[in-house]
Amino acid sequence: MDLSFTSEENAFREEVRTFLKENLPADIREKLVQGLHSSKDDLVRWTRILNKKGWAVPHWPVAYGGTGWTPVQQYIWLEEQMLAPAPQTLAFGVSMVGPVIYTFGTEEQKKKYLPAIANLDTWWSQGFSEPGAGSDLAGLKTTARREGDEYVVNGQKTWTTLGQHGDMIFMLVRTDPNAKKQEGISFLLIDMKTKGITVRPIKTIDGGHEVNEVFFDDVRVPVENLVGQENKGWDYAKFLLGNERVGIARVGASKERIRRIKQLAASEKDGDRPIIENPRFREKLAAIEVELKALEMTQLRVVAAERNREKGKPDPASSILKIKGSELQQAITELALEVAGPYVAPFREEKEGHGWNEPPAGPDWASPLAPAYFNYRKVSIYGGSNEIQKNIIAKAILGL
Amino acid sequence: MDFDLSEEQRMLKDSVERLVADKYDFDQRKQHLKGEHGFSKEIWAQFAELGLLALPFSEADGGFGGGAVETMIVMETLGRALAVEPYLATVVLSGGLLRHAASAEQRATYIPKIAGGEAIFAFAHGERRARYNLAHVETKAKKDGDGWIIDGEKSLVLNGDAADYLIVSARIAGNANDRDGIGLFIVDARAPGVTRRGYWNQDATRAAEISFAGVKVDAAHVLGEPGKALPVIERVTDEAIAALCAEAVGGMGAAHADTVEYLKTRKQFGVTIGSFQSLQHRAVEMFVFIEQARSITYFATMMAGESNAAERARAMSAAKIQIGRSVRFVGQQSVQLHGGVGMTYELKVGHYFKRGTCIDMLYGDADHHLAKLASMGGLIAA
Ligand SMILES: Cc1cc2nc3c(=O)[nH]c(=O)nc-3n(C[C@H](O)[C@H](O)[C@H](O)COP(=O)(O)OP(=O)(O)OC[C@H]3O[C@@H](n4cnc5c(N)ncnc54)[C@H](O)[C@@H]3O)c2cc1C
Repeated sequence: MDLSFTSEENAFREEVRTFLKENLPADIREKLVQGLHSSKDDLVRWTRILNKKGWAVPHWPVAYGGTGWTPVQQYIWLEEQMLAPAPQTLAFGVSMVGPVIYTFGTEEQKKKYLPAIANLDTWWSQGFSEPGAGSDLAGLKTTARREGDEYVVNGQKTWTTLGQHGDMIFMLVRTDPNAKKQEGISFLLIDMKTKGITVRPIKTIDGGHEVNEVFFDDVRVPVENLVGQENKGWDYAKFLLGNERVGIARVGASKERIRRIKQLAASEKDGDRPIIENPRFREKLAAIEVELKALEMTQLRVVAAERNREKGKPDPASSILKIKGSELQQAITELALEVAGPYVAPFREEKEGHGWNEPPAGPDWASPLAPAYFNYRKVSIYGGSNEIQKNIIAKAILGL
Repeated sequence: MDFDLSEEQRMLKDSVERLVADKYDFDQRKQHLKGEHGFSKEIWAQFAELGLLALPFSEADGGFGGGAVETMIVMETLGRALAVEPYLATVVLSGGLLRHAASAEQRATYIPKIAGGEAIFAFAHGERRARYNLAHVETKAKKDGDGWIIDGEKSLVLNGDAADYLIVSARIAGNANDRDGIGLFIVDARAPGVTRRGYWNQDATRAAEISFAGVKVDAAHVLGEPGKALPVIERVTDEAIAALCAEAVGGMGAAHADTVEYLKTRKQFGVTIGSFQSLQHRAVEMFVFIEQARSITYFATMMAGESNAAERARAMSAAKIQIGRSVRFVGQQSVQLHGGVGMTYELKVGHYFKRGTCIDMLYGDADHHLAKLASMGGLIAA
């Protein structure tokens, strides 16, 4: 056991840090520091900078544009991006459908889709959840009926994140209505411009627009858009969901937010004393930092175990990362409220990805804090809710 | 001790509940929010008709002589409806200042305006650097013959944009945090020198940033003894805290009821999600948090009229701590147990969560009051 990073790994961190310092556009960074949303254009610009460097899809096999980094290097890269802070590349393409395509797709599909993911020429959305199928994803009802060399898709997907920008959507659809729940599902790639698709915005509690409903009415999809085998989609979905281990805890992002809170708390005063000098506040901050450090070490344990694991097989320990990571992210948004105190209340409208619409009441920096607190309730709901994660641990780790 | 409502209190409760049932479901509320200053004039007129706007004033002043219990009854129901009308700003805060500090003449002039629903009042007290310190007043009032001239900036003034009259705190002597030297002034909100910028709060209530530049106030509009206003401000804030606790309890109860109903109807894995024991226990924990909040609200209500300011302050801190913790847990879990649907603007539950959060941050959040109560030695004497 050697618990420290090697000198190569430390050198790698320096290299990555320098790259970020020199290449991350200041305006893109500044929005993230302030807690504002990135625009579509921000993400496209940044992804292309990365792609030019060859770092847009580091975890992919080298043959498809990956970097060949070790799991630890990938971890360092991810953490440094979050600390910068840089926007994270669009997970739906880079972490979800990309690996499914290079693992199960045809040569045609690989050629057509993978380079466009790495360059964010194609904006992918995830069409898994339905109104009746959330935690019980296998209960999905959207159907795809084979007609000659086309599938005809009918049904509804929901909670489709950033689907308003979507060029393509990867879907779980029911191709065999008579089979057992998990066995009649296929994995289909659909062009969102196809006739019969309607995207409707869902407004979230914080007033934002990041999720959508997507309706399918006799949507015709060429059969070559099927990934892998018909009725084997559930296996690919499990592979996809099990892939997202590194980064799920978002430790780097939490560290970056704590840094931000400390800066704000040093500038904002309660009477004559900066908030950061309030012992109670510092204790709460320190307690979160301790948990975050432990989580970071847990994450590194999972990363280190990576090389001994069967590819694409989910590690139930990643449920720990999901639970604790989401709880800490949420706790940090709560602590941020305390810095602003009464200035949590004023609502300021944010123009999607383009800053504010109106002047602030009180300090400018306070405006995103309450929306972040409300919005971050999502992190214990999506990607397998924390209740579902606990069920997984109870069953797979504890054998209950 | 008797926790049952009197016959009159029951009638009051019934009448507010009936109004809310007829006029204040979630869709109707959306219409009310489109009113000129983010609330419904029509609802306000009905409040007046029902006597809610006259409730806390003495019968001699044309009111109904209601106390903290009556205010609690009204606020709890308004909390359930997520009502956005300026009841707190006009009746509880401004009305309270008038009750405790106004001369007979001033009461005769202004209380009928409130009771009749003719005028909206707002209390312009908060300032950018005040945080939760009620003594922090930088706005200045300078003597000018018989009257005064006010200069300064007020912040986070609840319903300040809708107000016809502002009750403004201003310093006539001393430094920003001195307990002495604060005066209260009744200012016509449209007077020369008053500039207002209204905005929405997270919870769909409204507030305003207000600046006063050389605003003249004559002697008849001075409220109470200039320089001695802080105890009155503290007293009224304590009354407002008790009222807000009741509002929070109403909101939490409704959010919980909606959540339990959802657990009974939402199906996943072929069964209602309410059949999962982990979720049952969560719903029970929420219930316990709400019952604790309700009980501490009774305590705050009982203590709202306490004349010993230190004892009253302890009670209000205790209430604010329990309420803050309860709204946090209940709000968060109401969203969590609804899954993705809980994250939507369309669902009422998220709005209870936001209102609860804003109530926690008003007049000091749970941790602020925890520090305050601890520094006062807690509730139980050694
Ligand atoms: C902001 C946001 C973005 C999203 N983005 C996407 C996206 O891009 N694409 C996509 O396909 N989906 C997306 N989702 C959907 C997300 O994956 C689902 O919301 C999630 O799976 C939960 O499903 P549900 O909303 O139907 O809740 P439900 O499954 O109905 O759950 C309701 C409650 O019951 C609990 N529960 C359910 N089953 C059990 C059980 N067996 N034991 C104990 N408790 C249980 C849940 O934990 C939850 O608290 C997104 C969701 C959100 C909120």
